[in-house]
Amino acid sequence: MLTVPVEIQILLAGILFLLGLIGLLVRRNMIFMLMSIEIMFNSAGLVFIIASTYWKQPDGQVMFIFILAVTAVEVAIGLALLLQVYHHFKTLDADSVNKLKDHN
Amino acid sequence: MNLFFYIAAAIALISTIMAISGRNAIHSLLFLILSLLAVSVIFYLLNAPFIAALEVIIYAGAIMVLFIFVTMMLNIGIERSTEKKWLNPRMWIIPSILAAILLTDLILAIKHLPASPSVDQVILPKQVGISLFSTYLLAVEIAAILLMAGVIGAYHLGSQKKKVTHRFLIKN
Repeated sequence: MLTVPVEIQILLAGILFLLGLIGLLVRRNMIFMLMSIEIMFNSAGLVFIIASTYWKQPDGQVMFIFILAVTAVEVAIGLALLLQVYHHFKTLDADSVNKLKDHN
Repeated sequence: MNLFFYIAAAIALISTIMAISGRNAIHSLLFLILSLLAVSVIFYLLNAPFIAALEVIIYAGAIMVLFIFVTMMLNIGIERSTEKKWLNPRMWIIPSILAAILLTDLILAIKHLPASPSVDQVILPKQVGISLFSTYLLAVEIAAILLMAGVIGAYHLGSQKKKVTHRFLIKN
């Protein structure tokens, strides 16, 4: 059976979350920003599964299913918004969509 | 078993880095799918085969296909003349190698599994289902409401609306 220490497993999930966060902060293309959010959701789910295995309880897996539902809704709404943004501005650059910003 | 975990973790990290640093959106999405598959192998090694299957079917299957469809609809970062460039091996050799390592990893992990896993180790889908529909029934209802709102919102946002102007503003 798997005998990797649980700290290493949590560390893997933490690094994945950090990569997603870096991607969200660095990339300006909206598709890449949505992908980074996906990576962060996935690493959060990984932590739930690690905890579920560690304590041998099914609750973590139930939470993963809820994360899956939330992710599906988030992706659907996000991609619909992204299509509208592209339709209006003809670009996906997040910095160029700043009509609500004060220009002073 | 530990070696399989480390290989899958390395592939997940490498493909995630490639995904967030890529130039072409489609290539990044394919690397992201590979990362999700690697995480699914980790789920399998963590005695959660049901969740591993859900990860492949819903994450890598449904959600990523949605991403790829939208990227292809927008047709960004892709020029039609670059199709020849895609056909040279430099484009697909790294993902192929990573995917092959992952597949070998999974096959070896399945082969090394003990013949009959003790039931108290593996959390069976039955336990998950019982817990989902007894303890977490309210959360299931709330998730259903959320999905309903998502469907309505995506339909509303996705529909191309006609531009409506007041009749006083219409120039003849």
